[in-house]
Amino acid sequence: MTDRKTLITSPYTLGAPPSRPGETTDFGGKWKEQPEDLGRPDPAKCSAQDTASHASGLIRVLNDKGEAKGEWNPKLKSETLIEGLEFMMRLRIFDDRMIKMQRTGKLSFYMRSLGEEAVAIAQTMALQEQDWIFPSYRQPGAQFVRGRSMVSMICHCIGNTEDNVKGRQMPVHYTWKEGRFISISSPVGTQFSQAVGVAMASAYKGDDEVCISWLGDGTSAQGDYHYALNFASTFKPPVILNVVNNQWAISTHRNLATGGRTFAERGLAYDIPSFRVDGNDFLALYSVTKWARDRAGAGLGPTHIEVYTYRTGPHSSSDDPSVYRPADEFASWPGGDPIERLKEHLINKGDWDDKKNAALEKKIDAEVMSAYKEACKFGDLASGPYPPASTIFTEVYETVPWHIQEQREELGK
Amino acid sequence: MTKMNMIASLNSALRCQLEKDPNIVIFGEDIGYFGGVFRVTDGLQKDFGAHRVFDAPLAEGGIAAIAMGMSLNGLRPVAEIQFADYIFPAYDQIVNEIAKIRHRSGGEFSAPLTIRTPAGGGIKGGHHHSQSPESQFTHTPGLKVVYCSNPYNAKGLLTSAIESNDPVIFFEPKRCYRGPFYGDPHDVPTWNDHPDGEVPDEYYSIPLEQARIVREGEACTVIAWGTMVHVSEQAIKNSGIDCELIDLQTLLPWDRDTVVNSIKKTGRCVIVHEAPKTSGFGAEMSASIQERCFYHLEAPIRRVTGWDTPFPHTTEWDYMPSPERIEEAIKKTQEE
Repeated sequence: MTDRKTLITSPYTLGAPPSRPGETTDFGGKWKEQPEDLGRPDPAKCSAQDTASHASGLIRVLNDKGEAKGEWNPKLKSETLIEGLEFMMRLRIFDDRMIKMQRTGKLSFYMRSLGEEAVAIAQTMALQEQDWIFPSYRQPGAQFVRGRSMVSMICHCIGNTEDNVKGRQMPVHYTWKEGRFISISSPVGTQFSQAVGVAMASAYKGDDEVCISWLGDGTSAQGDYHYALNFASTFKPPVILNVVNNQWAISTHRNLATGGRTFAERGLAYDIPSFRVDGNDFLALYSVTKWARDRAGAGLGPTHIEVYTYRTGPHSSSDDPSVYRPADEFASWPGGDPIERLKEHLINKGDWDDKKNAALEKKIDAEVMSAYKEACKFGDLASGPYPPASTIFTEVYETVPWHIQEQREELGK
Repeated sequence: MTKMNMIASLNSALRCQLEKDPNIVIFGEDIGYFGGVFRVTDGLQKDFGAHRVFDAPLAEGGIAAIAMGMSLNGLRPVAEIQFADYIFPAYDQIVNEIAKIRHRSGGEFSAPLTIRTPAGGGIKGGHHHSQSPESQFTHTPGLKVVYCSNPYNAKGLLTSAIESNDPVIFFEPKRCYRGPFYGDPHDVPTWNDHPDGEVPDEYYSIPLEQARIVREGEACTVIAWGTMVHVSEQAIKNSGIDCELIDLQTLLPWDRDTVVNSIKKTGRCVIVHEAPKTSGFGAEMSASIQERCFYHLEAPIRRVTGWDTPFPHTTEWDYMPSPERIEEAIKKTQEE
């Protein structure tokens, strides 16, 4: 990455963000890269080296006028795009409601996907329903695509009597086996290498399944990231490994996570086809993921994707980013807002308008509010009820061993 | 029945499992074509195919993660960590992920996998080829921790470990791979002359969570696992005292009933392990025993363990519990 800024270069080099509070970030205006810049290689014939320019460049489909252009245009039907738009709007409205719940003490903690709604939604829509999803904490949107009820999701976030993980995990650490959505874990990055194992099992069994996983730019410093790429490179299972480069890992800017070059380019050294894609461009995300799915489904192994985006909101409900970055930095992000961009595209095509959009927003609002009320019937954090204390002792093992049974009796609940 | 050393019996257990269950896959460092640095997987790749028995890149953290991912998706992997001393890059995956997934997913997912790893001293392996880190794992809810001691129980216990729907850390006392060890490094017996070197070729299992009474006695209960079972046996013989010797076999969850019943009978207890004393599993047992047997105890519970130091190289015989140290501890329990 030629734009890497450093704070000092002696006695060692220390990466730094482009600016700090009180300063203005110059992202250089609109993207220089255009949708027509990069061709779409044949997934059945492509080598890692064939993707070198894709790994250093930026794959786009939606141009600055909101038109779909170039070889990566997936040419989706408008009804599919409207569905994607609805999922993204639903996620944003859902997130807003959850933050309100957190602020009023109805749940303990929350993490929004603000500005990154397209990532899990477009990518999951490009997959098939039998594919495994191994998310980090900013991909809950995948569950909307797979049809999970919002009541069930809110019950988990609260940790109430209907929480399917029985009040054992912090909010947003969703598990949903029915949707092949594997449990989110707080120690970041562990899912990435596990995802390679999930995909190896699919390959072993001869099942037409792909496993997709995500981690952040900060997490790409973990050993698990490199285990995943190396095992994926050597065993070539059907796995799609995404680095969501949203610029910030809490307060650690991505300039501290890598010394240079793009995150995507790391994949080339592992001999894995690697793409860098505009993470706020629904169509580009869909298209690149579909490419990876086609390649994996044909038995040709892994794809590595850098999803280039910006974390518009705080890391979590416990974070205040205005302390470490300009509060309005997001406004100048060249990728803009993923929801607005897809909406603009649909309006340009003549398949959408502000009236329809407002009606849809109203419908979702009502659905989220209704789900929220329904979920709270099973308890909220402030007033309970919570799952019974006996759930502390169950499912540690397949059956409760004597020492845990004794401790349960000691608690007396 | 065939005469087998522990390497052959472990190999036989893996072979039976590969034949029985198509979802078993085995991998680890050097375990494929070469058959493992201790030869435990010898011939398995040739007989069952490289898709089922294969070499992994040298990354223990990756090996554990791959095993977990496979187990989430219906397989029953058996991973080898070449030496227990090398398991720590996998510690996060084992402790935070493998052990916890059943609980944290509300029972929706589980990780039925086995991690085999040679442990313990006595092979001049120095600090990083000799440690016995069982208590690093007995402190982790969600894991089962097993420690075999002879060819017969190695095969039976490994079979149960692989068939367990909970994740198992399976320790193999590497000093005893080719023969029992009675505490004299110059005496190198084989399993040929030992009754537990008689191993059925066919499938069998030994239940987890059950200890084994190696020798019945009235005067003192000696508890050990792994190599220390044999060293303790020698110490008991040398002492001439009528001790009951218990091979714990599974450390988590451990067989408290067998232990407690024995101590209620003998009133005295010595716990022997190779690992350092502080926070070793003997400390947990000792505390638990006094809760249950306080009024039956005639003498303080004694622990004979490795020292609270790194494991040495050339001075390892002064580090590991010797028959002499164990005998002295047994005698002290008789004096009080």
